[in-house]
Amino acid sequence: MNFYLKYFIVAAGLFAFSGFFAMFGVYAERKVSAFIQDRLGPTETGKYGVLQTLADVIKLLMKELIVPAAADKWLFMLAPAIIFIAVYMGFAAIPWSNGLAPSDLNLGLYYIFAILSIETLGILMAGWGSNNKFSILGAMRSGAQIISYEIPAGFAIISVVMIAQSLNLQTIAAQQGILSHEQSKFLGLWDVSANGGILSWNIFRAPHLIIAFVIYFIASLAESNRAPFDIPEAESELVAGFHTEFTGMRFAFVFLAEYSMMFLVSMVAVILFLGAWNTPLPNIGVVRLADWTTGTVWGVVWTVIKVLLLVGVQMWIRWTLPRLRVDQLMNLCWKVLTPLAFICMLVSGIWRLWVM
Amino acid sequence: MFKRFINGFKTAWKGLSLTIGHLFAQNSKRKIMPVSSDNYFKQMEGTNTIQYPKQQLPVPEVGRYQLEVEIDDCIVCDLCAKICPVDCIDIEQIKATELIGTTSDGSPKRIYAAKFDIDMAKCMYCGLCTIVCPTECIIMTNQYDRTVFELKDLTYEFSDMTPAEAADKRELLEKQLAEKQAAKEAAMKQREGGV
Repeated sequence: MNFYLKYFIVAAGLFAFSGFFAMFGVYAERKVSAFIQDRLGPTETGKYGVLQTLADVIKLLMKELIVPAAADKWLFMLAPAIIFIAVYMGFAAIPWSNGLAPSDLNLGLYYIFAILSIETLGILMAGWGSNNKFSILGAMRSGAQIISYEIPAGFAIISVVMIAQSLNLQTIAAQQGILSHEQSKFLGLWDVSANGGILSWNIFRAPHLIIAFVIYFIASLAESNRAPFDIPEAESELVAGFHTEFTGMRFAFVFLAEYSMMFLVSMVAVILFLGAWNTPLPNIGVVRLADWTTGTVWGVVWTVIKVLLLVGVQMWIRWTLPRLRVDQLMNLCWKVLTPLAFICMLVSGIWRLWVM
Repeated sequence: MFKRFINGFKTAWKGLSLTIGHLFAQNSKRKIMPVSSDNYFKQMEGTNTIQYPKQQLPVPEVGRYQLEVEIDDCIVCDLCAKICPVDCIDIEQIKATELIGTTSDGSPKRIYAAKFDIDMAKCMYCGLCTIVCPTECIIMTNQYDRTVFELKDLTYEFSDMTPAEAADKRELLEKQLAEKQAAKEAAMKQREGGV
């Protein structure tokens, strides 16, 4: 009985977290966009407008849920739930700290990558079910984009898996710090197993993973439909893309999924490339910075800080770079990122065999 | 190909560094100064938002926003209503039986304004009415914020006559006209009788 109770509590906790994060994310996005554009953003609801998103949530709860007369009713109504659940399920395998993960899967990375793809299905359902040409166009674009970008993202991830020799996220995380059981070398030259910190992060253990990280980061922007890859929404030509017809809480769920997805892909990036829950501070002689800042609580703190920084970068990019055209997007994916990711994978093999 | 790749990253970074500069430069609020100030277009730092009801931009004294009628100076010539391109001025004239006074510039007033309504919802703020007015009684003020909750409140009524007064004046006019008519008829009859 307690066994199941624990699962329910963890699931509810993750749901509460994604809801809370979406609220924080929307507020942060508004403020970041406002400051970038020399505006003030929300100021009226609460001090500095901090209650603005809460007010929006209450407003969305009160809105009527409209189903268009010609819509495919079941697909239309289920789509937001599937979009969100696909992302939400991804949180199941993510380690938050040393020994703190909802589920310690051996195939964690594989599972996350598989379950995230289901989001495409939800988006296609939303587009088809709306019976609206703008929605179906947006959904088709989203499908094309996510499927295309999974290739460079996948190869960037495989480069890490080849270095780490594991699909278990907890194992991959543990390798990048002082708790590692194996030797780790900074840039393949200097043994930093005892120093830890930023020196033993994956991007420095195998420097070509910096390129893999950039490839993964760009691909993850595309997978979470964030600008400059937000052609599925493309409000200038498609009204609002696949969620044009959604109202009230259904619309809110699409957004909840987008913000949860931002957090999730950033978390995967942090775990694979940026040392996961390990501290960035290395041990230097008698100054044992890494030893002092390692632990379960510290792990959560470092994870959250790193992830929020990456989410901040996502927002920063969104409010700077213009949206790409479909052909430019495909060009970037197939002609630039995919070959580069292949090269990274090749270098990973060589690195693992001869350097590490 | 490689050059374009590098160029893409370089230009993207240029844009990103520009925006992050703005992100961290939000330490001063916009100073409120009139457009005529020399520094008005040189405010490069800080935010540009004007939090309207709390902060207001100073308006020039000769601002042309709401219409205002000094009804005591109005000679009810109806020129403004005639020139208005959108017909937003509605005037009802009642001729007076005698001279009812003079305006501040000395023009004689011979007509009562029973109704002088301006529908500001229709007004397009062209200012033509203020140009044609012979006594300069219709003007545009520098007051621009007049928010109302109902559309009918946007019809400004400038006439200071009550309906009772208007009815009274109308009756007087009719009586005078009737008297004149009677006098005319009497004169005609007399002329006919004389011939």
